[in-house]
Amino acid sequence: MGSGTPVGRVRGLGSAKHGTQHWWQQRLTAGANIFLMAWLMVAVARMPAYDYASVHLWLQSSWAAIPMALLILSVFYHFRLGLQVVIEDYMHGESRVVTMILLNLFTFTLGGIALFAILKVAFSGAPA
Amino acid sequence: MASRNPARPLSPHLQIYKWGPHMLVSILHRATGSGMATVGSLLLVWWLAAIASGEQAYATFVDVFTTDTGGLNILGYVIGIGLTWSLLQHMMTGIRHLVMDTGAGFELKRNRMGARATILASTLLTVAFWLYMGMK
Repeated sequence: MGSGTPVGRVRGLGSAKHGTQHWWQQRLTAGANIFLMAWLMVAVARMPAYDYASVHLWLQSSWAAIPMALLILSVFYHFRLGLQVVIEDYMHGESRVVTMILLNLFTFTLGGIALFAILKVAFSGAPA
Repeated sequence: MASRNPARPLSPHLQIYKWGPHMLVSILHRATGSGMATVGSLLLVWWLAAIASGEQAYATFVDVFTTDTGGLNILGYVIGIGLTWSLLQHMMTGIRHLVMDTGAGFELKRNRMGARATILASTLLTVAFWLYMGMK
């Protein structure tokens, strides 16, 4: 900021036209992640057993499937923003563009698999 | 960068500064974050996909990290404790960053104390978590 036309300074969007969006969303998801990851650690620690049947039964419950899906969304968005900064720091020119595209592919592919897996387990149970 | 003229002087960089806890936790925040984003997310998604795929796929996942008697093997401990500590360290330095975002905690003494506190907290919580898991 500090350069450009007066109206441009008021909008405060910078040259990328995103303003503080990246910074702010990184913080918002960080706050959400504190609660979601704390939930996951406590939930995993308190599971009665870790065999297939117990874990499947656990993920079938809406009390596990919903926070797990929200966790995937928030954590994946957070690390997508974070790795973007790492890439911007260390990669330059063409390789930066390629890595950034690969980052998006990585995030969306893994995120898609995770969400599908959670929903598949959650919807596979007998209606309670 | 390729376009840099090697005859030009560089601005002072890492090697001239005396290392302090704030530098350590700063790079740890990036390292743990990058580690969890790659290794951690792959393992989490593998675990979820294995649960969704069925008993066979889940057994394959469990086999990689456990011995025949059911306990964790070396890889299981390294990955398990490593990810627990990474998560907690990243969480603690993350909370420190949120505090510093408000403009607080930049005084030399308090800043150093906060940096040290993140390592102490993440290590103690990791020990507590694995003691709890071990006593189950």
